[in-house]
Amino acid sequence: MQTSQHTLVSVRQLSKYFGKETALDAINLTIHANEVVALLGENGAGKTTTISTLLGQLRPDVGEVLVFNHKPGHWAAKQQMGVMLQSAALPDNVTVIEQLRLFASYYPNSLPLDYVLKTALLTDLTNRKVQTLSGGQKQRLLFAMAIIGNPRLVILDEPTVGLDATARREFWTCIRTLAANGTSVLLTTHYLEEADALSDRIVVLSKGRVVAEGIPADIKARLGGKCIRFRSTHAIANIESLLPDVQVQRRGDYIELISATPEAHLYALLASGGNVQDLTVTGISLEDAFLHLTQTPHTNIQTIQEKSA
Amino acid sequence: MNLIQPMPLSVSKRWQILLLETQTELLKTFRSPAFVIPSLAFPVMFYVFFGLLFNAMGGHAGNAAKYMMATYAVFGAIGPALFSFGADVASDKDKGILSLKLVSPMPVSSYFAARIFTAQLFALIIILSLFALGALFGDVVMTRGQWVLTLVTVLAGTLPFCAIGLFIGLTVSAKAAPAIVNIVYLPMAFFSGLWVPIQLFPTSMEMLANVFPAYHLAQLALAIQGNHSGAPWYVHVGALVAYTAVFLALSVKQFQRIDNRH
Repeated sequence: MQTSQHTLVSVRQLSKYFGKETALDAINLTIHANEVVALLGENGAGKTTTISTLLGQLRPDVGEVLVFNHKPGHWAAKQQMGVMLQSAALPDNVTVIEQLRLFASYYPNSLPLDYVLKTALLTDLTNRKVQTLSGGQKQRLLFAMAIIGNPRLVILDEPTVGLDATARREFWTCIRTLAANGTSVLLTTHYLEEADALSDRIVVLSKGRVVAEGIPADIKARLGGKCIRFRSTHAIANIESLLPDVQVQRRGDYIELISATPEAHLYALLASGGNVQDLTVTGISLEDAFLHLTQTPHTNIQTIQEKSA
Repeated sequence: MNLIQPMPLSVSKRWQILLLETQTELLKTFRSPAFVIPSLAFPVMFYVFFGLLFNAMGGHAGNAAKYMMATYAVFGAIGPALFSFGADVASDKDKGILSLKLVSPMPVSSYFAARIFTAQLFALIIILSLFALGALFGDVVMTRGQWVLTLVTVLAGTLPFCAIGLFIGLTVSAKAAPAIVNIVYLPMAFFSGLWVPIQLFPTSMEMLANVFPAYHLAQLALAIQGNHSGAPWYVHVGALVAYTAVFLALSVKQFQRIDNRH
C-alpha cells in the first residue's frame, strides 16, 4: 500500500455531465510518484475532461479529486505540476529562451534553463523566434515550459497529435528523459503504440468510463490483437475448449475471435483437423478493440466495475 | 526525485514575475511593426495636420495647438489601451495561451498589470511626442504644473479603456477583435471631439458626446488648460470611474466563462 506522500493524484468516483451528456461516468484514477500513466482513448472518450478536472478548469459534478492532497487549482498543486494543454499555441514574436525564462519565473524552484533546453532537445534553437519553429519544435517548447518548474507531476494532453514519425520519436525521447529522472507523467493519447512505448500503466477510457487498466503488456495483449474470422462446422463450445484463453463469438454465419497470439491460435485451430473455411486474419483498430472490451465482460473489467460500484 | 515543498510566492517574486511579464509583452509588441507604427504615427500625424498646420493659418497662435494637443493625446493614449487588451487578450484566449498561464502558478494579476504597463508606456511615448511637437512648433505655453497634470490625467485616464478593451478581448474571437476595437475606437474618437473640437459640432451631437468615456477624459485634459466646455471636473471623473467599474464587472463575468478546454 502506498502512503499518501506517494499518491500525487487521487480521483474517486468522478462524474461530469455536459447537459444531458455524460462526459465522465464514475472514474477512478490514482497516480503515484515515479510513475508514467497513459490515459488511452478515442476522441470524445473523456480524456481531456479528466485532465481539465485535475487542473481545476472544470468542477466535478460527483466525486472527489485531490491533487497533491489539495483541491484542483490550488496554488500549491499548481506549483508541483507542469502542464501541456491540448492544442495550446505559443505567442508570436518571442524567442524560445524568452518564453522559457517567463515561465521559469512563475515557479519558486525552477530548473536551470540549460538543463531544460537540453532535455527538450531545444539547445540549438535557444534564440529562435517561436513562429519560425516547426510543429515538433513548438511541441517541445511547450513541453519545456511544462517541466521548467521542476514539477513532481507533468500532465501532457495529446502531446504528439499531428506530429510526423520523426518528431514523435523525438518527443518520446523527451518524455523518457523526464521519467528517468523520477518525475511522474500523466499522458493522454489515442495511440496504443505510444501508450505502450512510454507508460508504466495504461488506463483505457471509453465513452467516459474506465474500461480497462493495467500494465502495457496486458492492455496491448487485449487491444493489440488480430481478428480471426472463419466458417466452421465446429460448435462454439468446441472452439472455446480448443482455444481456452480467448473470447469466441458467433457473427451470423461466421465465428469470430480476437486473439493476442494469432499464430498459436491458428495453429491449434488448424491442427485440430476441424472444418475451417473462409479464413481471414485482420488487424483490429483501437475502435474495434474498445468495442470488444466494452462488450465482452472480461474478468479485469469486472473487477474495475465492482470497485466503482 | 525532488522533495522541495511548495511555498507561497513572495512579494519580490511577484514583482519579478510582473517585470518579466511586462518586458516580454513589450518585446512582443515592439517586434510587430504593424501595430507599433500606426499607433505611434497616427496621433502624431493627425496632430501635425490639424493641430499645427491649421493653427499656423488661424488667428491667435498657440490656443488651437494647445487644445488639440490635449485631445490628440487622449486619442493616442486610448488606442494602445483598447488594442493591448482587446486584440491581444482575444488572441491569447483563442490560442490557449491564457489557459496555459491560468493553470500555471502565475498570479493572474501580473498578467493584467503587465498589459496595463505596456499600454501606458505606449501612451507615454505618444503623449510626450505630442507635447514636444506642441511646444516646439505650436507655440503651446502652459505652466509646468499644467504639463505634468495633463500627462498624469491622460495616463490614468487610459484605465477605463483598458477595462473596455478587456471586455471586448474576453468576449469576441481573435479574428473579430481588431475590427470590433476599431469600430469602438474610431467613431468614439470622432464623436467625442478628439479630432475636431466639440464646439464645432451641432448642440445635439455635443449632448451625444456625453455617452462616450473618451469625451469625459478629453474634457478633463482640456479643463487643465481652461478650455473645457460645460460640466465640472468631478462629473467627468465620475463618468470615467463608472465606465471602469461597469466594464470590469462585465469582464469578470466573461472571464469566468472562458472555455479553458484548449
